[in-house]
Amino acid sequence: MESLDLPFLWAGIIAFAVLLYTLLDGFDLGIGILFPFMRDGDQRGRMLSTIAPVWDGNETWLVLGGGGLLAVFPLAYSIVLSALYAPIILMLLALVFRGVAFEFRWQTPRARKIWDRAFALGSLGAAVAQGLALGALVQGIPVANRAYAGGWWDWLTPFSILTAIGLTLGYALQGACWLIMKTDGRLQRQAYDLAKFLAPAFLASIAAVSLWTPFLSATYSSNWFSWPRILLVLPVPLLVALAGFVLVSGIAREKERSPYFATQALFVLGFVGLGVSFYPYMVPNSVTIWQAAAPDKSLGFLLVGAAPLLAMVLAYTAYAYWVFRGKTPEDHHGY
Amino acid sequence: MPDFTAIDLARIQFAFTISFHIVYPAFSIGLASYLATLNFLSLWTGDRTYLQLFDYWKRIFAIAFGMGVVSGVVMSYQFGTNWSVFADKTGPILGPLMGYEVLSAFFLEAGFLGVVLFGRNRVGPVLHFFATLMVALGTFASAFWILSVNSWMQTPAGYAVNAQGQFIPADWFAAIFNPSFPYRLVHMVLAAYLTTSLAVGAVGALHLLRGDRSASVRTMFSMAMWMAAIVAPIQIFAGDMHGLNTLEHQPAKIAAMEGHFEGEKGAPLILFGMPDMANARTNYKLAVPYLGSLILTHSLDGYVPGLKDFPRENWPPAPIVFWSFRVMVGLGFAMLGLGLWGLFARWRGVFYDNGWLHRAAFVMGPAGFIAVLAGWITTEVGRQPFVVQGLLRTADAASPIAAPAVAASLIGFVIVYATVMAFGFVYIGVLMNKPPDAPAPVDEDAPMRAAGTAPGVAAELGAQGGAH
Repeated sequence: MESLDLPFLWAGIIAFAVLLYTLLDGFDLGIGILFPFMRDGDQRGRMLSTIAPVWDGNETWLVLGGGGLLAVFPLAYSIVLSALYAPIILMLLALVFRGVAFEFRWQTPRARKIWDRAFALGSLGAAVAQGLALGALVQGIPVANRAYAGGWWDWLTPFSILTAIGLTLGYALQGACWLIMKTDGRLQRQAYDLAKFLAPAFLASIAAVSLWTPFLSATYSSNWFSWPRILLVLPVPLLVALAGFVLVSGIAREKERSPYFATQALFVLGFVGLGVSFYPYMVPNSVTIWQAAAPDKSLGFLLVGAAPLLAMVLAYTAYAYWVFRGKTPEDHHGY
Repeated sequence: MPDFTAIDLARIQFAFTISFHIVYPAFSIGLASYLATLNFLSLWTGDRTYLQLFDYWKRIFAIAFGMGVVSGVVMSYQFGTNWSVFADKTGPILGPLMGYEVLSAFFLEAGFLGVVLFGRNRVGPVLHFFATLMVALGTFASAFWILSVNSWMQTPAGYAVNAQGQFIPADWFAAIFNPSFPYRLVHMVLAAYLTTSLAVGAVGALHLLRGDRSASVRTMFSMAMWMAAIVAPIQIFAGDMHGLNTLEHQPAKIAAMEGHFEGEKGAPLILFGMPDMANARTNYKLAVPYLGSLILTHSLDGYVPGLKDFPRENWPPAPIVFWSFRVMVGLGFAMLGLGLWGLFARWRGVFYDNGWLHRAAFVMGPAGFIAVLAGWITTEVGRQPFVVQGLLRTADAASPIAAPAVAASLIGFVIVYATVMAFGFVYIGVLMNKPPDAPAPVDEDAPMRAAGTAPGVAAELGAQGGAH
């Protein structure tokens, strides 16, 4: 155990949980964001059918992100959540609305329109709140005496608005590409049309955020541009360009799977980019991974169980997706 | 307009959100086990009544579980948003326990839930039973870890304090299996089973009262009343044991629950009264001599502590816990009475015909939820003014958030939860109001989600619903 850098390992695990959340709940939220563009009630029912068996599990990764942060980086958890108070509360309220709207809409043909609206608004609200939180985190969080030392509106800046737009577009694109993969006919047609607009918009927002970020802090720019580090990190933008090409050409040639996986690849690469920028900080420019970490005894105790449990979770999550593989049928009577 | 501080508001917010949250896990722990039992009985006997009941209750479970998930996400973030000092200080011990809850429980429940709800004809009945069992196991694992966390806050053990003032683990086994944990776990899991059996029994009773004597209604009512008759006495015994454990480790809480300001030997049991914190006495007492000592020490002249044995600044608010405790105990004995009545009616052969029994069972439907809330108020308020008993005061645990920000988020939660709760009740009520053998789902769109019967299941039942 002596040689094992537990805080670093755990930072990786938490990052993995958050990444998986954005990959799995991203298309769930995206479907909600796209709801207003699908006027037809049957189409909406089918859209929800594609995610109904998996959304509970997808959202659990967010709980692992929060709970895991508390477990292994309690200082970062306490600082970040106080600093991002408003966007986090907004996200939670939006997720509550969205989650119950999902269950309620099936109970009531009469009030279905209202719950559909709540589902769409909740999804949009959660995506925007997460984007604002992301932007505020990237900007850096001032800390004094183990507590947040900034103002209550620090999270609202032009940069965080840009990240909110970018993340919302990204989730919407995930949703459209998921529908392309999981449906056919008219719904798939509409999803292609939406993706044709969303893909370039998302790529543009990635470019804007990437160009802006290095100017936010000296750490970020030296993490990206110092020699010889630049050789190590150069593949990231190159792969982004490649994934962007696969995405756009996949949509143009009406492929069914490549747009979805290209979008997910963009999320993974964006996440790796964040990791490159942040290192070695857990709370950007204030608290490093090692300062934020709980004692090794806490990290080790949770790791012993987390390793096999996470492997099992991934296995039965994959199983659940496999059970519901293939196109979701039009009349939703296939399950 | 009272002048609330940020701490007051954060406490109100926590009390509000946890009270909203706790009723759903309490229901879903019991309901998941009930679903697993029904699934097993269906598999074992081939009697389609059980499958019909399974499909009936799984729709209600889906709503209750969904509301539990969304309100639980809020809880897992609230420690950081409103209680950052608590999170920083206790994180090294409580964080890993909650981490284990997510990893061993939440994923298990959520991962298999989709298969339980929609996958029966995709995976077959045996794997479907397995999936149901995994969901039930997940709810139990969740209770295990979160009650360990709560118990540590009541009776901390296995810890040390580091230079930053954080509680750090010294002995994990001692921390997890801290002194009050086994008692609290048993008490809570039994409470969940009792709550669910009363809710299921009330639905059965409702349909019996309407003259529905179908096999599924009778089975539902009978299973529920057996459960109530068996679990209620065990629960009263477990509650007594839990009380003795509290007397040993948190005597001030017991003093507040009992309304005792003066410690004494041969103490009476105060049945009712008005604890008066300002004057340190309980007014208008109705008391039974010696019974307090007898119950708490199992001897007539045993010493029962009073609040004056403790420094004034460490007194929990006695009026609240005194009454919440009485609500819980009163409902517990009412449950015992209902269970015994059910047994008596069975013995007399009028179990399905005694309208008054059915009315009583119907009225007792929400009793479990109320008792669970009253019990949690007793144990949580009884721990005040500490958040970690004896070690960290609640007033020192909050985030450096200004009152207006906490007030704004509190208003947001109240509005959203009140709306959501009202509709959740209505929709669960609508489902419960339907007889279990009604063939058609709410509408044609529904089979995907909670309200529907999957076509394969309907085919197995030989009951092709109107939706197809």
